[in-house]
Amino acid sequence: MENLILILSKPDNLPIAMMVVLLGYYTLLWWRQARKNDGIISDGRYSELQDENNDRIFVWPYLVRIEFLAAILVLLILTVWSVALDAPLEHPANPSKTPNPSKAPWYFLGLQEMLVYFDPWIAGVIFPTLIIVGLMAIPYIDKNPKGNGYYTWMERKFALSTFLFGFFVLWVALIFVGTFLRGPGWNFFAPWEAWDPHKVVAMVNVDLHQYFGIRSSVVAFLFGGFIVTAYFCLGIVYYYWKKNTDFIKTMGAARFGVMAFLFLCMMGLPIKMLLRWAFNIKYVWVTPWFNI
Amino acid sequence: MQAFIEKMKDSATKSQVWKSMFRHSYEDTPRNRYLQVLDNVWLHLHPTRIPRHAGAIRFTWCMGGITWLLFLVTAVTGVLLMFYYRPTAEYAFNDMKYLEFDVPFGMFLRNMHRWAAHGMVITVWLHMFRVFLTGSYKPPREFNWVVGVILLTVTLLLSFTGYLLPWDQLSIWAVTVGTNMARATPLLGHEGPFGPELGMRPDNDVRFVLLGGTQVGPPTLLRFYVLHCIFLPIFLSIFCAVHFWRIRKDGGISGPL
Ligand code: HEM
Repeated sequence: MENLILILSKPDNLPIAMMVVLLGYYTLLWWRQARKNDGIISDGRYSELQDENNDRIFVWPYLVRIEFLAAILVLLILTVWSVALDAPLEHPANPSKTPNPSKAPWYFLGLQEMLVYFDPWIAGVIFPTLIIVGLMAIPYIDKNPKGNGYYTWMERKFALSTFLFGFFVLWVALIFVGTFLRGPGWNFFAPWEAWDPHKVVAMVNVDLHQYFGIRSSVVAFLFGGFIVTAYFCLGIVYYYWKKNTDFIKTMGAARFGVMAFLFLCMMGLPIKMLLRWAFNIKYVWVTPWFNI
Repeated sequence: MQAFIEKMKDSATKSQVWKSMFRHSYEDTPRNRYLQVLDNVWLHLHPTRIPRHAGAIRFTWCMGGITWLLFLVTAVTGVLLMFYYRPTAEYAFNDMKYLEFDVPFGMFLRNMHRWAAHGMVITVWLHMFRVFLTGSYKPPREFNWVVGVILLTVTLLLSFTGYLLPWDQLSIWAVTVGTNMARATPLLGHEGPFGPELGMRPDNDVRFVLLGGTQVGPPTLLRFYVLHCIFLPIFLSIFCAVHFWRIRKDGGISGPL
């Protein structure tokens, strides 16, 4: 418990608490407006969402005044925050004294947490790249014309749930775990546990092929390669299975391919997490050059 | 008395100097409401009128604007900090202490800069969240979403490069952990897949380029300082200009079609 309080009281971690509160608030705000709009839409009164008679307001004063008040409020909060809480400054930099645990800035702890499940070239390089590229690709993948410019749930269930899952579970929750539940040696510590730097965790992890009694590294290579390829082929299978649906037809093969690839990469993380927790699996595919 | 004040006011507002600065009167007329926005360099990024829903806080959450405000705060406080801070291993940490104990309001300045930066990370995520929830990335705003993702990346990089500058244990180890990833870059890192096969060593791979050495050291401090104070803020400003301009060109804030 002391640890938790210690971490919580670190001034750099206050933003995480603020973020969680704000996210909760705004998610509720979204949900309430979305349900209201959904009700209006399913009653066939879509036009009620639009401003009546294309109603327009003057920016001066009606928008400028909001901006002005918002700016004052934000600056006020920032001032109080800066008076109340000092930015951290620890001992002078010392390259020969590594703190344990060493943590990245809080907003990157989700990435650092991924290192538990994937090697650095995936967790530290490929995934960040895919996150950026994947986010940029969203507008070109999502062909659903509905839900443009208003809050809704009903009309965009798949897009919204994928985004919410990625953002809340795979990003924010991992930041939370990385900040509050990871101690020395990046070992897992429950909030009430003391951080014991000598905690020994048995290395019981095995590779997937060992589960199947495969000994030869060549066979293991082929086996792992097969599993990973098969996983990504799920996209192709789905494509042919649903070929005649409107969803696939409006998307087209190329667009669907990109989406399926990104989606499967994203789901690779929770899958690997489950494999680790449930079966102590370290790698699915072992090669002389890289492991997945 | 009354007459005197009126006269003074008249002679002031009718003078050439005044008229050269303020091109219209302040009377509350529709025409002046337009001009108030159009004639003002700071406000002219706005349209003169907007759809009713676009001015609702519960629609935009003001998050894009707040992100921009926080960026301005970091820019102003950052310039002030630059007066006192020297990006070398000998001085950096001492300058932090100097700010804390000797510079009037030095600690407040540092706090403000740091909390505004952390706040900006939060608000930029919330802004993206809202844009996603309102589906505002859909045509015709696809490209502005892409510009937004660039802004998001740059915001995080700004925060990360700034994290190193205090040159204390917290900062060098956080940056060490972060930049260690670069060793594992496929092809370009000495521990990445196919890196060694391509001749990557600790002293010539992509991490070396980033750090200016094989570990986080004085050259890294200088590199991150230059990125943090010059390159990235300019980069962010340019893309913000594109972002704001695109909002107008894409037909203003999104709304039910
Ligand atoms: C430094 C970061 C950023 C700044 C200063 C900024 C600023 C703004 C501002 C002031 C607006 C006007 C509406 C509002 O306040 O919501 C806006 C709209 C928008 N932003 Fe950003 N933004 C940033 C980052 C992003 C990011 C990360 C994304 C998405 C990935 C994004 C995508 C958009 C889009 C698509 C719109 C149009 C929304 C609409 O029409 O409803 N922006 N931005």
